[in-house]
Amino acid sequence: MMPELVILWTDALIFLLVAGILLFAGYARRREPLCAPWRKVVRSRVGVASLIVLFAYVAVGLLDSVHFRAQDAKGVETGEVLSLFDRIASPLRTRQEKTYSAPLALHLYAKENIETPDGNTVRDYPRLEHAGSHLATGSAAILDQARLLLVGAFEGLLLWAGVVALLAGLLAWREGSGFLQQMEVLFTGDEEDIPWTTVLVMLGMILVLGAASWQLAQHYHLLGTDKVGEDVFYQALKSIRTGLVIGTLTTLVMLPAALLLGMMAGYFGGWIDDLIQYLYTTLNSIPGVLLIAAAVLMLNLHMDNHAEQFGSVQERADMRLLFLCLILGVTSWTGLCRLLRGEALKLRELDYVQAALSMGVGHFTILARHILPNVGYIVLITLVLDFSGLVLAEAVLSYVNIGVDPTTYSWGNMINSARLEMAREPVVWWSLLASMMFMFILVLAANLFADAVRDAFDPRLRNER
Amino acid sequence: MSDSPILLRVRGLCVAIGEGEDAVRPVDGVDMEIRRGETFALLGESGCGKSMTALALMRLLPPGGRIQSGEILLDGVSLPDLIERDMRRERGGRIGMIFQEPMTSLNPVMTIGEQIAEAVRLHEPEQARNPRLRVIELLRSVGLPDPERRTDEYPHQLSGGMKQRVMIAIALAGRPSLLIADEPTTALDVTIQAQVLDLLKGLQRQTGMSVLLITHDLGVVAEAADRVGVMYAGQIVETADCGEFFRDARHPYSRKLFQSLPESRKRGRRLAVIKGSVPSPRRRFDGCRFADRCDRAGEPCQGQVPLCTLVAMRHAVRCHFAEEPDLSATGPGSIDPTPADAGRNPPVQAPLIEIKGLRVHFPIRAGLLRRTVGQVRAVDGVELSLAAGRTLALVGESGCGKTTVGKAILRLIRPTAGEVLLQGESLAGLSGAALRKRRADMQIVFQDPYSSMNPRMPVADIVAEGLRAQGKAGKPDQLRARIAQLLQQVGLPEEALDRFPHEFSGGQRQRIAIARALALDPKLIICDEPTSALDVSVQAQILNLLKDLQQQLGIGYLFITHNIAVVSYLAQEVAVMYLGRIVECGPVEAVLETPLHPYSRALLDSAPIAEANRHVERQPLQGDMPSPSAPPPGCHFHPRCPKAQPLCRETYPKESLLESGRRVSCHFPLGLVLDSWPGRVGMYSCPPFRGRTG
Repeated sequence: MMPELVILWTDALIFLLVAGILLFAGYARRREPLCAPWRKVVRSRVGVASLIVLFAYVAVGLLDSVHFRAQDAKGVETGEVLSLFDRIASPLRTRQEKTYSAPLALHLYAKENIETPDGNTVRDYPRLEHAGSHLATGSAAILDQARLLLVGAFEGLLLWAGVVALLAGLLAWREGSGFLQQMEVLFTGDEEDIPWTTVLVMLGMILVLGAASWQLAQHYHLLGTDKVGEDVFYQALKSIRTGLVIGTLTTLVMLPAALLLGMMAGYFGGWIDDLIQYLYTTLNSIPGVLLIAAAVLMLNLHMDNHAEQFGSVQERADMRLLFLCLILGVTSWTGLCRLLRGEALKLRELDYVQAALSMGVGHFTILARHILPNVGYIVLITLVLDFSGLVLAEAVLSYVNIGVDPTTYSWGNMINSARLEMAREPVVWWSLLASMMFMFILVLAANLFADAVRDAFDPRLRNER
Repeated sequence: MSDSPILLRVRGLCVAIGEGEDAVRPVDGVDMEIRRGETFALLGESGCGKSMTALALMRLLPPGGRIQSGEILLDGVSLPDLIERDMRRERGGRIGMIFQEPMTSLNPVMTIGEQIAEAVRLHEPEQARNPRLRVIELLRSVGLPDPERRTDEYPHQLSGGMKQRVMIAIALAGRPSLLIADEPTTALDVTIQAQVLDLLKGLQRQTGMSVLLITHDLGVVAEAADRVGVMYAGQIVETADCGEFFRDARHPYSRKLFQSLPESRKRGRRLAVIKGSVPSPRRRFDGCRFADRCDRAGEPCQGQVPLCTLVAMRHAVRCHFAEEPDLSATGPGSIDPTPADAGRNPPVQAPLIEIKGLRVHFPIRAGLLRRTVGQVRAVDGVELSLAAGRTLALVGESGCGKTTVGKAILRLIRPTAGEVLLQGESLAGLSGAALRKRRADMQIVFQDPYSSMNPRMPVADIVAEGLRAQGKAGKPDQLRARIAQLLQQVGLPEEALDRFPHEFSGGQRQRIAIARALALDPKLIICDEPTSALDVSVQAQILNLLKDLQQQLGIGYLFITHNIAVVSYLAQEVAVMYLGRIVECGPVEAVLETPLHPYSRALLDSAPIAEANRHVERQPLQGDMPSPSAPPPGCHFHPRCPKAQPLCRETYPKESLLESGRRVSCHFPLGLVLDSWPGRVGMYSCPPFRGRTG
């Protein structure tokens, strides 16, 4: 029996966003001025490398956004809502230990009283329930781990070879040239075109790394376990979706208001400008964190009082996530609005807007046809730049407990729960390190990508080089 | 001067930007010699490599650019071989440079005194302790009034002309023997241009320095140069003494340049145009660089590179046919023999558009409550009328309010007072949908062909915009056919439909802008300096096109410009504007031949004319135009007027209407006897008039 799909609010918005991007790509394909800057992005090494890293994150995030009601082996619903990613990563999800264990360890991190078979009680580090359970007693874990690593790396290489062959085939089909010829292009690179060698190296690294960690993670806790014995690697992967949702949906929420108000303020001027400026200066002077805290606490209260409205824990957590996006959006649209106002102020005086006016074109048509396409680059650059800031903001907010729901996996929550353990002796460092590492790679890739996008789109930079 | 020693000798100068196969060569084999005390004009259209030549002399090429070969000898010193430290001493020392844009060449947060002192300290270490005296001396030498006070002012407190004087002062600080002036007057008004050119000439006389004057304006060459080098596609194609050049230019390109200049003598005829466009600097040439565009190109031109041939004393031409007599007998200044069909002026009909008492005041607000503390009177009581099929030129310096008049007519700016009647119907009361509908009758073509089109719209959408807005678009295929027809009307191929503005050259873009204006079948087109951003040869194409369209469609043009030559070629009537008011208005021949207002006279005198021996002594107009927020009392022009009398300081002159339709606002019009104005009729050489209270 097919499990019943559950479409959470954020899922719907994410897929709407993906559909929007795909539609735009289809529209832009035939329009050279829209394509040209993007072509420039993928032709820069940094741009294409960061794009591949982002794609890897997005792939995990998307897999994690298809939710359904879980069933047990007999097809009876368990009441849990799981995602496709949970299903794939079920070995990671289900193998829970008792409490902390270090990365790739076979024993718990804390001593316990263990009853030996002969009835005595020994105080020692107990053996983990799941990690390395396939090992014969006494055999060294390190050898097994090395073997798994090699197997994983080999699998990764195979996968990579497959992807490369597929890519070459696709290119050959598109260009109408030979397969081997395209292979040569891929490996030697072409100055004018996409830096294929960079693409291949990045892809290779991600695939080898991914496959190797997958092999290890199936039999060990790659990044250890947390206080309640959950796999930290799994938590870090699950947090990707939260980060992406916050980073993209927030900007999506704020976009219409910022666009419309900013363009109107700049274009019409006069009292409309005064009103809008007054609005955003007022909003800007309210401390953002306080506003967010107030809104999140109010929402909490509301959800506690109306618990019956939420079918599952996930739905409740999802609502809170969405609401966080909204409130972050409300506090962060002013910057973009101000930028757009300035640009519209400049564009309004340009001759083509004046010419359109003199032909009797209506104001809102001018906004849509002349102003909007020409502020597009500002919007895009701001969105990409904001993304990394928002991912970090989520971490900070969750750390002070006004971010996402405590049951939602997020880097901020991971850091929050790990912070006390930093004071422990010996230190429990892996939760913190894992979340930081995942966040760091995402934010770095996003920032590098933002730089590449700005270089390609900003008309002021276009003439350089 | 022809026997003074050579100061600068350039041989086979090649500049390359980029590496290997893709390298662009904007300068490709330039030879020139500049003698001491001589002004050498480097003349050419945009993109021909003249600025790059100057930058190569200064060794200030843009990143990636380098001097590939050739020698530059300044007084025997080879500049390319100097180490950078020594070169730095030469820059601003023996070679001074001034740029086109005085507004951006000065640092806005330093006083001009400090900026000049910086140059003084570098080049005169003995003055380093107390440069102030030298600074004041320099400012005085460039004719800046009240230099003691001015040294402590900031650039924004100075007008454009004064800033250019400060730039010249900085260039003079090192006592250069060669001054490179890169389009020094292009950004300035004609009256200021005349001042700056006079200043350069005076300084040259005093100091004996040489000047390398880079310009695209034949008029400036005629005014200021001793020798001229015509540059085309990275090479100098003709060098001659100035007088000889204007009498007997030999290279077909130079001749075409003369023929494409608009002048009153060519009224009613088409201007000559150079076919094609300037070749890309990427192109490699086997033969003559001008062959593709030359009417005389023959067998040797395609395959054989022409060498510089000496055709007369100090007159060299890079052309295979330089020594042959010109078959088409189109000497410089002569007229293209193919006349356009109409020299006749269309008959005067009922006015198409009448402007009555138009005023546009911008309030100056200050203080916390944004109270109005004053008015900028950009347009202050303008009366004009224009009949269908005729051209009225509105001339004046920048800031006089002529563009504001155009925008106020279109209601792009709301007039403060006055009314605009289009075919007898007032536009003042219209608003909303009614105004939008009426706007179809009046269109505008802007100066800058780069900012007048949305870069993200294909040409078809740009031209169709008005039709769509007015609900006249019809079915897609009909619309497309209509746009194709419009493009064809302005001389563009149908393939242009789906291309984007950036794929076109300046002249082609201006054609698209005209097609866009034509789309709605307007009765009036306001042309706001439509050719001043274009090169001479392209300007000729656009002027021809505008003239043809007027004859075919009977459109009225309000032609806003500062270029007197264009006015004399194109317009039937002219109105001279000063500080928001029309000071003189009438038929173009009368006004340009015998201007009555001293300001019209001064404008005409300042405009450089491309003819030999134009080194006439004249008195350039002193000072700058006052601010329209605080116009002088009495006649606005009196502080600059050579004929001003006490009366002029007290009352603004009434407008006097003369019988031929001329109007003038002056107490003492030129050529008329003082005590009889305005009074008895019929005593003057000028047509009779009747006074009118205005």
